[in-house]
Amino acid sequence: MKNIISQKVQDMQPSGIRAFFDLVLGTKDVISLGVGEPDFVTPWQIREAGIYSLEQGFTGYTSNKGLYKLRLGISRYLKNRYNLEYSPDEEILITVGVSEGFDLVLRTIISPQDKVLIPSPGYVSYGPLVELAGGIPVYIDLKDDGFKLNPKCLGKYIDKKTKAIILNYPNNPTGISYTRKELTELKRVILKHNLLCISDEIYGDLTYDFEHTPFAALAGAKNNTLYLNGFSKSYAMTGWRVGFVCGPKEIIAAMTKIHQYTIMCVPITSQMAAAEALHSARPSVEEMKREYKRRREFVISRLNEMGLKCHRPEGAFYAFPSIKCSKMQALEFARSLLKEQKVAVVPGSAFGQQFGDYIRISYASSMDNLREALMRIDKFLKTK
Amino acid sequence: MDEILEVLEKDARTAPQEIARMLRKKPQGIKEAIKKYEKQGVILKYKAVINKELIRDAGSEVRALIEVNITPQKDLGFDKIAERIYSFPEVNSCYLISGTYDLLLIVEGKDLHTVARFVAEKLAPLENIRGTATHFLLKKYKEDGVILKHKEENKRIAISY
Repeated sequence: MKNIISQKVQDMQPSGIRAFFDLVLGTKDVISLGVGEPDFVTPWQIREAGIYSLEQGFTGYTSNKGLYKLRLGISRYLKNRYNLEYSPDEEILITVGVSEGFDLVLRTIISPQDKVLIPSPGYVSYGPLVELAGGIPVYIDLKDDGFKLNPKCLGKYIDKKTKAIILNYPNNPTGISYTRKELTELKRVILKHNLLCISDEIYGDLTYDFEHTPFAALAGAKNNTLYLNGFSKSYAMTGWRVGFVCGPKEIIAAMTKIHQYTIMCVPITSQMAAAEALHSARPSVEEMKREYKRRREFVISRLNEMGLKCHRPEGAFYAFPSIKCSKMQALEFARSLLKEQKVAVVPGSAFGQQFGDYIRISYASSMDNLREALMRIDKFLKTK
Repeated sequence: MDEILEVLEKDARTAPQEIARMLRKKPQGIKEAIKKYEKQGVILKYKAVINKELIRDAGSEVRALIEVNITPQKDLGFDKIAERIYSFPEVNSCYLISGTYDLLLIVEGKDLHTVARFVAEKLAPLENIRGTATHFLLKKYKEDGVILKHKEENKRIAISY
């Protein structure tokens, strides 16, 4: 079998915690704080729009780039909210979630041996996708900088082969985000070296302490930026798989070439539903955001009380506390917690081996669940 | 709306200490704000939402929507006669509405007969009342924003990145 699998795929590192995930999935009555998606169901008016589109017979392909009305809706939304202008005709591509968008961007811009900077900890797929595209991932360890990328440190990682940097803010798994001022400082370095910024802002709507600023909205940054976003997190639409990429028209056109051969188009039902989301579901987004914000305060104050020190997450729905006080490694911690208290969390090592002192806690879970789960974690710590 | 009210409207059992954590404020301040709301009548009472469809045995009740046509009184308008009507304990809710009718009542009784008797003996004979139309409720689907069929839950997988 080995000869059949390509060398590139053989070289991909298998996820070290797959077995733990399987263990969670096989355990009954678990309270899970390990989920990377909203606990809300998609707001009804969005679901209804999907159902209605099926009744009306919208069951075919759409244009490769995606439904025009959806691209137009995205264009208007970005203009109104961030004063960010993207032409619906040439600068927006609808993708199967941000995941496909990411893969397309990387396959479009990477030539063999190009380096891509990845601040770490970060979402698990960035590195493997860079490798699949033939590039070299260069991880920037943010452990000692409060999980925040600082411009001075960034400069040290850049050399002639560096092509791009991946930003993800608010961040999964840390919840850390950047203010406009912090982004402007990063921008200086990024533009100075003429890097592309691949900015994954899927959690942008869930920013709690200040206004979210898209990297592309910074003066002079737009031509060097690919803005990736989608409907999964802010509209609770993970299963619909709708994302989008906005960027310079040459790059979008090149990405569309790959997209049309591999995916053709995002399912029309999902696109129709997403168009409705932009049209009428903003109030639901704001309501969900207020709820997440209250849970955040509750969760981080409880964690800090128990000795699981964590940075204050500025967005998304994750806390990333240190578990040093337990004197356990993350995977062992997560396994015992699951076995003894039936609470699931994601070990920090899932996001890089150097994060074995951390766990990711998702507060995309009801207050009742959070209350109970945190009580159990507290109990768990006291027995250690 | 104050976020304290938003939290309590979702779950009236949330303790002030917990609200304080959620909103990053002092528990004492939250307690005082709630007291103030209670005093002002902004918070009227705390109650459980019960799905009576599921308790068949416990003297199940019938409900009717009753439209009432009224001749308003000089200087008093509808308020006085409305007060006479909503003071009856059988009247669960009472609204002044626009359109063909003036008042809309929700009336509860232990059976059809009781409600009918209330209309015939108490409500209809009141002076100024020109007519009533009674609609008995057959099935409840949703009440005060709560769907009575089942609790809708996101069917997510238990762990993901």
